[in-house]
Amino acid sequence: MLGWELPPHNSGGLGVACYHLAKALSMKGTSIDFVVPYSAPHDAIDFMTVHSATKLSPLERYGLGAYDSSFLLEEKPGEVLGDLKDIRGVQRHYTRFVEQLISTKDIPFDAIHAHDWLTMEAGMRAKQLTDAPLIVHVHSTEFDRSGGGTGNPIAREIEYQGLIMADRIIAVSEVTKGIIISEYGIPADKIEVVYNAIDPSSFDDGYEYDRRTYKYLEGLKAEGHTIISAVTRMTIQKGLGNLITAVAKASEKYDRLALLLAGDGEQRNELIALASELGISDKIFFTGFVRGKQWRDAYSVSDIFVLSSVSEPFGLTALEAAHHDTALIVTRTSGVGEVLNSIFKYDFWDTDRLADQIVGIATSESLQKSLKQNVMHEYARLSWHDVAERCMNLYQTVRQGALV
Amino acid sequence: MSQRGITLYLHVHQPYRVRDYSVFETAVNHNYFTDPDPLSDRNNEKIFRKVAEKSYRPMNALLQTLLDTHPEFKVSLSITGTFIEQAEAWTPDVIESFQNLVKTGRVEIVSETYYHSLAFFYSRTEFESQVEAHKQKIRDLFGVETSVFRNTELAYNDELAQWADSYGFKGILAEGWDPVLDWRSPNFVYRPEGTENISLLLKNYRLSDDLAFRFSNKAWTEWPLTADKYTEWTTASIADQPLINLFMDYETFGEHQWADTGIFDFFGEFVGRWLSDPSNTFYTVSEAIDTNKPAGTISMPSTVTWADAERDLTAWLGNSMQQEALHYLYALENDILRTNDLELIGDWRKLQTSDHAYYMCTKWFTDGDVHAYFSPYSSPYDAFLYYMNAIRDLRWRLHDQHRTGGLRG
Repeated sequence: MLGWELPPHNSGGLGVACYHLAKALSMKGTSIDFVVPYSAPHDAIDFMTVHSATKLSPLERYGLGAYDSSFLLEEKPGEVLGDLKDIRGVQRHYTRFVEQLISTKDIPFDAIHAHDWLTMEAGMRAKQLTDAPLIVHVHSTEFDRSGGGTGNPIAREIEYQGLIMADRIIAVSEVTKGIIISEYGIPADKIEVVYNAIDPSSFDDGYEYDRRTYKYLEGLKAEGHTIISAVTRMTIQKGLGNLITAVAKASEKYDRLALLLAGDGEQRNELIALASELGISDKIFFTGFVRGKQWRDAYSVSDIFVLSSVSEPFGLTALEAAHHDTALIVTRTSGVGEVLNSIFKYDFWDTDRLADQIVGIATSESLQKSLKQNVMHEYARLSWHDVAERCMNLYQTVRQGALV
Repeated sequence: MSQRGITLYLHVHQPYRVRDYSVFETAVNHNYFTDPDPLSDRNNEKIFRKVAEKSYRPMNALLQTLLDTHPEFKVSLSITGTFIEQAEAWTPDVIESFQNLVKTGRVEIVSETYYHSLAFFYSRTEFESQVEAHKQKIRDLFGVETSVFRNTELAYNDELAQWADSYGFKGILAEGWDPVLDWRSPNFVYRPEGTENISLLLKNYRLSDDLAFRFSNKAWTEWPLTADKYTEWTTASIADQPLINLFMDYETFGEHQWADTGIFDFFGEFVGRWLSDPSNTFYTVSEAIDTNKPAGTISMPSTVTWADAERDLTAWLGNSMQQEALHYLYALENDILRTNDLELIGDWRKLQTSDHAYYMCTKWFTDGDVHAYFSPYSSPYDAFLYYMNAIRDLRWRLHDQHRTGGLRG
């Protein structure tokens, strides 16, 4: 299995999804060699073999970002990065490492499972060397990451080649499947939709909500405020400008609202300025990047969680939020909306609609309560075991009936 | 005929910078101004000690020497309350050296708001409280009364002059800005529009900025500036006119212009050169007013400051973040003052210091002139977020400790 990150060294949902998928697969008896592009201990992982393709630290890999193809690493004194300075260099090293891994492996691989454009070149090379089927798992496309634009042409080209070379493609939602068809011209029958899941037991680590973490917000709640939140990277893909605009509109109708924005990113300053131009800075709380307790408490303090992405292949954060007892509002272009019913949906540009939905939930206790409770039953049905089951099935059947 | 005089006026100020005050500390930790990191650029003590070493100590020593050497040398100082509090806490010797200067009788203290605030534009009662607090602090520390007023950032308009006139000040300071002066020279005393008794002293910004901004600029065609050259310029400027008002930040000496630029030597030499002509002298701001009758009336209906090419308040109140932040701050006035909680009131007032709004300035994004805007924060947006959290915490304290106000402001 070819991935780019695993918890705790992940910068987003990709690492979380890979972890749970691999774990569920191993419980079904699959033996997995998982390759990551950095060196770090993964002490909590005993169900598969994790291989490090380079000597880079996860932090340097963060610098490159799972999805930022433009970042350049700077050499520190006494350190020679060589051609590892940019993401293309890391990808070349990653591919070479996979070649070596294949040549030293005693038992041949039955399948190659590559996650996103980052590992697709290595996946194609592995297919060439082993003749095993290549499954390309698409968690996000360059089309999504550029907020519905062209994005980086190199990333797009690699995605195109990978999708063509793949024996089967897994898309994390119908939304993503649609993009693969319309933006990359791949035939629909080559693509299978397998939704991500959530593993509620992974949240059972003795966590208890700490009311002191967001004490001011708790104070606002005590005064009758409704807390809206988004936990996300602040990039154009995430549509946060529309969320802020909608909160401003909603505040005109109903004043007791506050918005918690947890995360960081290139769009942050723009969002701060926008809030101020709309005169609602007072209602918005920017936390910066959060982890651990601050991250989970951000969900727990919230009444409404909004996934405002212009284009979101899945949107695991929405399931995480639902697990922490929030009402959900997601854009129609978010994959997670396909598996949940007890939620509100809106078109990402429709700030009037979003404002309406926010006011509706904030002013109706019964609506808020039923949304929170009902969505719990829905996400609980999504299981990583089912995801693993479908993958196993795919590995075994992908070449059945194929002519040699 | 009276002598031709230079009125040298230096502004002494340090703000209480807000530390990296996050959402997670809001309502939990009420300390906004003491940065636990000794190396942080928001660590007020670190900065104060550094500037004391580079500027306050050497410049006060130079001023003392010049006062001892030249009976004609005089200087006027405005010293903010936030400066005095920090000096008292960390460098009492600096306070003592200022007291020694004032004891010579040739150093005048100029009145201003204690907290270096823009309160005049938000609340007249708060503004007057701060003027009174400053007067009292100066009385306590130096045993002198103030009689000439300068507003924060030299922000001046006719209304301010009329206020100062009725409040009993005999003089007020402002920028000698060309669009206002037109054909007139800043080298005279004027009477502000609509006033009875007060006199207006206008900054000669060309000669002031030669020192404050251009002195060490090697790209300047006049660099290096020598005492000879500057004496030539001042002499030419004052021909058949009574005075030159040189107004600038005190920290020009040693902090904005470092010692190795030669600013201290230059200044000592210039004072001697200027006074070597018996028709030349120095004035304190009060003497400049007592010696010279107003030559005419000047009107400034809109606010003029000593900042930027625009000479307006846009560096402090130009963008929506600045306007919003100050709006929230001053909205708390009545609730805060009613508590009689001196610590709370003090924190609220420290947040009024104009530097906070200045750090949120985004003008340099369009000017491309990053270096013109010094800030201890990595961006104006960070400055804004920390400041907003501090305002929220003030609300929390009001609500939690005094059962007044609401958290939503």
